[in-house]
Amino acid sequence: MNVKLLYLLLTALFVGICWVFANTEIKTDSPPLVQREMEDTPFDKMMAVLTHKRCINCHPSDNYPRQGEDSHVHNFGVRRGEDNHGVAALRCESCHQHENNNFSGVPGAPEWSLAPKSMAWQGLTRVEIAKSMLNPENNGGRTLEETVHHLTEHELVLWAWEPGIDANGNPREKPPVPKDEYIKAVKAWAAAGAKIPNE
Amino acid sequence: MKIAFNINGQPQEVDVDGNTPLLWVVRDMLNLKGTKFGCGKAACGACTLHVDGEAIRSCSYAVKFAEGKNITTIEGLGTAEKLHPVQQAWMEEVVPQCGYCQPGFMMATAALLEKVPNPTDEDIDNNIVNVCRCATYYRMRKAIHRAAEINRSANSITQ
Repeated sequence: MNVKLLYLLLTALFVGICWVFANTEIKTDSPPLVQREMEDTPFDKMMAVLTHKRCINCHPSDNYPRQGEDSHVHNFGVRRGEDNHGVAALRCESCHQHENNNFSGVPGAPEWSLAPKSMAWQGLTRVEIAKSMLNPENNGGRTLEETVHHLTEHELVLWAWEPGIDANGNPREKPPVPKDEYIKAVKAWAAAGAKIPNE
Repeated sequence: MKIAFNINGQPQEVDVDGNTPLLWVVRDMLNLKGTKFGCGKAACGACTLHVDGEAIRSCSYAVKFAEGKNITTIEGLGTAEKLHPVQQAWMEEVVPQCGYCQPGFMMATAALLEKVPNPTDEDIDNNIVNVCRCATYYRMRKAIHRAAEINRSANSITQ
């Protein structure tokens, strides 16, 4: 067999194998992502919000706030500081006021600050976040009732649904569950015993 | 809406849309031009002034929040006869190049020294994050240490 014919045969074989792989549906035991999105238990609705960037950006696991839709480290080297409100002369309030500023695109809400480090959620799973949220050692000694109050009535939390516009005038993304549905979900989850599913 | 505050020790009242940035009021209504407009999105710090002693980016501060508060701009930091230590240090170290951003840096530095009288280089890096397009950062660092030294000398004399 001459060399050219051998190359042709090998090329045809390679193309054939690629075609077979490209058209074969790979089966796994994992539920498809679409199915996960369709789940709408109170826990799922609540966690869809709590794992959203509008929450996680201010629950970092290190000492730097995150910002933006891509959750990048806050510009200018902004730091947590001892009281979670920034450092001595660069406080959160240096730029963030009690409401959004549509001139500058700087977001704002009452008590604008980072969550304490014990409430770090960045990088945690939904179950880990829920466990941390219910653990008085992590949640600032809150009872379940107080945790629900924080989640459903704290103005800084509810800012997530009024996130304003950024410096370029683009609206910030809101959490994927409407506010009233989220509040109902949190209360329903707590009323049913604040159970954390096995995942 | 009418908003009353003290600015550089003087009572002042303005009648303006409450959402107007404080920077606009200070520059255009009160004719205090020392505070500069830089980026308009609280990023560069050229518009820094003090509200109740805290360094604030005034381009991102709605004037309605200033009601009843004490505002200090670069014009009120010191006087020609009695310079603020930061102003004196800035002159001694010949910090400015074009000078545009310097009032903001000086106001941020004055706020820092009120809370951290003897800042380390790390304190300066963490607290003074304004932007200078002439890159006068090295001279500013020297001036900040010098201002702290002037403060210490003044305090030791008065004690």
